[in-house]
Amino acid sequence: MIGMLVGAVKRSPAVPAMAGLVVLCTVFSIMEPSFFTAGNLANLTAQGAQVAVIAMGLIFVLLLGEIDLSAGFASGVCAGVLAVTLVRYDFPWYLAVLVSILTGTAIGLLLGFLVAKIGIPSFVVTLAAFLAFQGVALLLLEQGKNVSVRDPIILAIANRNLYPWLGWALGAVGVVAFAVVQFLSTARRRAKGVKTERWQITTAKVVGLALAVGAAVAVLNEERSINVMISSLKGVPIVVPIVVVLLVIWTFVLRRTAYGRHIYAVGGNNEAARRAGINVDRIRISAFVICSSMAAIGGIIAASRANSVDPNTGGSNVLLYAVGAAVIGGTSLFGGKGRAIDAVVGGLVVAVIENGMSLLNYGPGIKYVVTGMVLLLAAGVDALSRKRSDAGR
Amino acid sequence: MLEVRGINKSFGAVHVLRDVAMKASTGEVTALVGDNGAGKSTLVKCIGGIYPFDGGEILIDGEPASIHSPRDAAGYGIEIVYQDLALCDNLDVVQNMFLGRERKRGLVLDEPTMEQLAAKTLDTLAVRTVANVRQAVSSLSGGQRQTVAIAKAVLWNSRLVILDEPTAALGVQQTAQVLELVRRLADNGLAVILISHNMNDVFAVSDRIAALYLGQTVAQVKTTDVTHSQVVELITSGKSEGVR
Repeated sequence: MIGMLVGAVKRSPAVPAMAGLVVLCTVFSIMEPSFFTAGNLANLTAQGAQVAVIAMGLIFVLLLGEIDLSAGFASGVCAGVLAVTLVRYDFPWYLAVLVSILTGTAIGLLLGFLVAKIGIPSFVVTLAAFLAFQGVALLLLEQGKNVSVRDPIILAIANRNLYPWLGWALGAVGVVAFAVVQFLSTARRRAKGVKTERWQITTAKVVGLALAVGAAVAVLNEERSINVMISSLKGVPIVVPIVVVLLVIWTFVLRRTAYGRHIYAVGGNNEAARRAGINVDRIRISAFVICSSMAAIGGIIAASRANSVDPNTGGSNVLLYAVGAAVIGGTSLFGGKGRAIDAVVGGLVVAVIENGMSLLNYGPGIKYVVTGMVLLLAAGVDALSRKRSDAGR
Repeated sequence: MLEVRGINKSFGAVHVLRDVAMKASTGEVTALVGDNGAGKSTLVKCIGGIYPFDGGEILIDGEPASIHSPRDAAGYGIEIVYQDLALCDNLDVVQNMFLGRERKRGLVLDEPTMEQLAAKTLDTLAVRTVANVRQAVSSLSGGQRQTVAIAKAVLWNSRLVILDEPTAALGVQQTAQVLELVRRLADNGLAVILISHNMNDVFAVSDRIAALYLGQTVAQVKTTDVTHSQVVELITSGKSEGVR
């Protein structure tokens, strides 16, 4: 029985996190009915988005068995760049976003270069960067001024919603695209005569996704304004499709491209990857570039949500939550194991704990302790499953 | 198919290979024997393009070959299966076999084709020990891993496969399976160089034996022409009555 369970866990690393998510949601819904309301669920997605996006980038670094402790403050610096270019230099929003993301890219290049070419352990490089970026954020915002962001498009990212019909349309497009990709790949495998999953399983996957997407859109399309006379508040938050698009892109890169395969290879056995002719240094640098660029996107979401940027944007527990999200989702800290969706599932777990415990009026002390315990539990499961597979050789 | 002539290699003041010569022919297993430090691994790394050598030449089909990197070696159809296997535990059999040389359709990995080719290669080697090509390498036994590493080397239309101590860490039954596989490589028309310490293995599969002693070739003989103890003598003292 236990063997079977461990087997299932090994085959699908996101299963425990998913199960945990369901349990958490059920418990919070029973203890605090206001948890499972459209308003709160919409709130939850915005809360989780920043952490999930940063975690998605971090997964690339974690897959190599490296760590980026500076991702939080890197996102803060990039958010600062966004605010300064928008407010002080009157950049249009798209240019400000571009400059902000490019700042992340440059940060990633620097970190990756120091780790891969100079050979400083990533822990030390990014710890130094963690301190330095904190200072850069202060300098950028002139000794800690709070810069308000007023650009309507930037503010819309985390604060506005899709029209209800657009939510349905995007959801439908997503499900149909998923179905087409699944069935085409199954058909191609069948044509080649290699082992294929049964049609029923493919169909079940598609139906499952359709149900999940349908339920999410239906709930988020409910009216959640307290007084409809003043303003109507309904629809899928804009940040949701943004996270989904990023998720699809990185999942594609990791699972369907040679580059993604090489990331796993370097994380699994550096020497084997080198002998297979993979440019290991380039892979390593690129992972840091992706990580910091994603951190920049996370920073933009944070700036949008807070309507402002201050030197603590991306600070305090953002990084720990992001690492926690990745690990809780099933990404291994030992490298070689992890998926983009881990960031989203783990990010939701972190957001649900934070949100649910706030509703239950627990103080930040208890929240930190509980989140810490969940992270430790996830890391423990990771370490034990690794031990098991080593012993099984 | 491969001939090595007068190869010299020094690491600083240490002269590791002195005028080493050996041959490996198509359809034959050539055992490369020698004590620890005799220079077997160094020789293999020179042939594989990992170390540059100081003098001498490598001939492929009688033509001088210029091998300066593992990629050059692969270009000549030379594949080396290292002692420490160089497989990624977290990837499955197919992913490992195609690592660094993935088949693609546009940007996207062509998984069905790779899976098909991997299965076909294992089939031609009559491998029955690896049932599922989609299982992770971490779940394989030592013998299965060795099989995958060998199959990986064969996949690339290779003409010479060099195996570094393939049975060193294996049990009796798995050793037998791997040796059978080694024999089949040669029977399928490849040239095989087998580095081994184990005389039983050497006599079980090899057609010829090349012995190194302190960085020098002391003999290259037909396996049927020598006895067990003569080979041991060559390895330990560099000479043996009646063998040259």
